[in-house]
Amino acid sequence: MIRTSAMLDRPAPAPAPGNQRIPPFQSFLEEHRTLVYRFLAATVGPDEADDVFQETFLAALRAYPKLKHAGNLKGWILAIASRKAIDAARARSRRPRPVPELPEIADVPGGSPDPLMQGPVWAAVRALPPRQRVALVHRVVLDQPYAELAAAMGISADAARADVYQALRKLREGWNDDEEER
Amino acid sequence: MKKSADAGKRQEPRPGGRTRASGLSIMSGGRLIGPRLQSMQREPFEERSRLASARLAEAAGQAGLRDVAYGYADSPFGPLLVAVTPRGLARVAYPERDEEETLERLAVEISPRILESGSATGQIRRELEEYFEGRRKVFSIGVDLSAVRGFGREVLRQTARIPFGSVATYRDMATRAGSPRATRAAGNALGANPIPIVVPCHRVVRTGGGLGGYTGGVERKVALLELEGVELPGRA
Repeated sequence: MIRTSAMLDRPAPAPAPGNQRIPPFQSFLEEHRTLVYRFLAATVGPDEADDVFQETFLAALRAYPKLKHAGNLKGWILAIASRKAIDAARARSRRPRPVPELPEIADVPGGSPDPLMQGPVWAAVRALPPRQRVALVHRVVLDQPYAELAAAMGISADAARADVYQALRKLREGWNDDEEER
Repeated sequence: MKKSADAGKRQEPRPGGRTRASGLSIMSGGRLIGPRLQSMQREPFEERSRLASARLAEAAGQAGLRDVAYGYADSPFGPLLVAVTPRGLARVAYPERDEEETLERLAVEISPRILESGSATGQIRRELEEYFEGRRKVFSIGVDLSAVRGFGREVLRQTARIPFGSVATYRDMATRAGSPRATRAAGNALGANPIPIVVPCHRVVRTGGGLGGYTGGVERKVALLELEGVELPGRA
């Protein structure tokens, strides 16, 4: 006699303690893709963001099966994105291109949205040295606490503070220079 | 994925979040740099990142980094979730199945490197649609039963050989799998069939002429057998 109850599927495997099981990659991707894209658009620019996004998540895919637990996946993917953004910025600075003038930022109407981050403020951000740029975007665009941005960048919190400070100082100076030329 | 839109939204910073209170307003020349950078938080990267994610799923496949690809096939029962690996079809899930749970189980049983891909699932989606339209009797795609162990796998392999339009009994399947007395174990294996329709567990019925149960409900078993032209005793 065959029990029809046997037609039910097996129960799902019990979740690991603390629900730290590695989620399906698609779920992980859905949860973090917008944040990572925003971070990359700010750091490497809208034109290169897509390529660096691919590099970031392909690197994550390579390492994914070896992950031991699912704690702080957001910090993990931002750390990968930070490295890729810095690599991309350095690769770009080695390529021959026009001398990066700190762009005019005084003409931008205050507070106007810049959906693709192509305006002068963003050009100024992307003229910053790669590490300072990445630190600034973590702090100001993603609103990350210093401890978290330091962890994502693999530097100390003090170094992170110094990077953000230098980045802001340079942006301010660029701004003042433009103002004084008028 | 339904939950994906919500997951994306969760990432959007709340208005009036910590940024404003963090004192990062960079005053210069009477203008604010900080707020302008922060306005980025509100800009819509949802669409761009969605397109980039779709591109990623294909790039991952080309790089050999996509262990499981899933998609949705149309059927009279509603959209079926189908999942394929490089070895073949690994899952067909009826619509009432919790999608997240299905994917999480695939992550445990096969690999967490799971991505949605319309192109990677194109063949099986087409073949299923042809089957339901009565234009296909044999599925050409291979099946990946690596997540099923031991006797159960052998039962399902034997089940995959039952031709379109014919039936076998649970006892037959136990015998063909090598353990004639393991009828109940054969029934369990068929009830846990991860690839219904394509591994046609609906073609396995009781020895006495009864239909037996079915993963997706007996009415679906009837519908599939009728689609295949099987005469069912006691049914119109």
